[in-house]
Amino acid sequence: MTDSPKLLIDNVSRVFPGVRGGPPTRALEPTRLEVAENDFITILGPSGCGKSTLLRIVAGLDRPSAGRVLLDGREVKGPGPDRGMVFQSYTLFPWLTVAENIAFGLKEKGVRESERRDIVAAYVEKVGLRGFENHYPKQLSGGMQQRTAIARALANNPEILLLDEPFGALDNQTRALMQELLLGIWERETKTVLFVTHDIEEAIFLASRVVVMTARPGRIKAEVPVELPHPRHYTMKTSAAFSDLKARLTEEIRAEAVLAAEGH
Amino acid sequence: MPRPLEPVSQGAKVVLGISFFVLFVAGWSIATLGGYVSKTFLADPITMLEDGWTLLSRFGFAFDIAVTIWRVVGGFILAAIIAVPLGILMGAYKPVEAFFEPFVSFARYLPASAFIPLLILWAGIGETQKLLVIFIGSVFQIILMVAVAVGQTRRDLVEAAYTLGASDAGIVTRVLIPANAPEIAEILRLVLGWAWTYVIVAELIGSSSGIGHMIIDSQALLATGQIIFGIIVIGLIGLVSDFLFKAVNRWLFPWRLA
Repeated sequence: MTDSPKLLIDNVSRVFPGVRGGPPTRALEPTRLEVAENDFITILGPSGCGKSTLLRIVAGLDRPSAGRVLLDGREVKGPGPDRGMVFQSYTLFPWLTVAENIAFGLKEKGVRESERRDIVAAYVEKVGLRGFENHYPKQLSGGMQQRTAIARALANNPEILLLDEPFGALDNQTRALMQELLLGIWERETKTVLFVTHDIEEAIFLASRVVVMTARPGRIKAEVPVELPHPRHYTMKTSAAFSDLKARLTEEIRAEAVLAAEGH
Repeated sequence: MPRPLEPVSQGAKVVLGISFFVLFVAGWSIATLGGYVSKTFLADPITMLEDGWTLLSRFGFAFDIAVTIWRVVGGFILAAIIAVPLGILMGAYKPVEAFFEPFVSFARYLPASAFIPLLILWAGIGETQKLLVIFIGSVFQIILMVAVAVGQTRRDLVEAAYTLGASDAGIVTRVLIPANAPEIAEILRLVLGWAWTYVIVAELIGSSSGIGHMIIDSQALLATGQIIFGIIVIGLIGLVSDFLFKAVNRWLFPWRLA
């Protein structure tokens, strides 16, 4: 192998055992994916295609039935702070304020309090939550909660950021703003990102490469590089290049959605 | 008419709550003062208040109340000190749960009051025996309820903590415990209410002080006014302790209401 990738998903598959003697469910066919450093990959697929399963395996929250995941050449054995995750559900700790939530991983690492305060302040600023540091999650809107969750994952300075449909529960306008926010952070900080979504526009707008997955059992159907220039602006969503990509991916994903719908 | 689940205003809530008390006392007054029920079996409210005043001013009933409160709180705190950590361990670690859960589930159904004769044999009729009754009555309930609460902690919060680098110990101390602290406080409030019934039973048998002791003495004298006064005192103390517990919970866990 030449240049070793930042993240290597090496023929990872996942079979869930059958419920009450039923046949086992093949959620993920053997899948191979290489992610280079500072790449922004979006994984696009219909619901139930195993894309979340794949992400959870990378996070170490689920174990592959076969294959392995290598991050910087080291095999993933379980969850760890080198892989920050943002979930679709709101997972802020409700008993902690915004600032305390962002500091959670730093505290676990044993970062000194003064340093912790500086890092937290920097990320509060980056996600635009100044003035809300001492709010509890319940007092925040969905978008603000997910911004805090992104800040919480980034404050840990992970090697890779994993996002599992983080904007799935948000309304369209908020969702668009969050995409710009996340992209802006990525353009400035250059992080390796793996982002799962079922939204085609979102997948194109954010990615340097879109990975399309098939309906269950999930496998990678196509990898589409997105050559749109950075920094990207929301107006880009109406450009011709964007529309072409969208048309192409719509075709790819539609066939799968039809299959998935027939399967259920 | 209000519609289902429609909230009621604060003022109306207070008025409604008080009016049932008024109605209750009115019904009681009519039954007793109207001569429908014999005085031997049920004292009227006025006699009850007079008897209560006599108890407090001449027979040192305040001391009995203090003794009973001390027993409940003492036995209950002992139970909580053992039960809360064990319940958390059981909720967090499944082998620990598998080891204790069947026994605790069994022990929970053993009626605390049935242990009283045995406890008298073992510990005499002193304070130890009273504390033990409360302890036995509360400890298994708290263990089980805490274990269930901790076991039902939102998995996604635990997963989020793992991806932030939390160790196993960190999961217990920084997620499971704070996530369930309000629930545990609520469990303690509930079980404290049950502890009150055990203490009275413990005091009915082999006791020389306490509210239960006064009640059993009054029975021998057919002093139903005193008995009812004793029961009402217990109810009032329960109401006050409940109120205090709720106030402390609100103060300790502002994030729940935020």
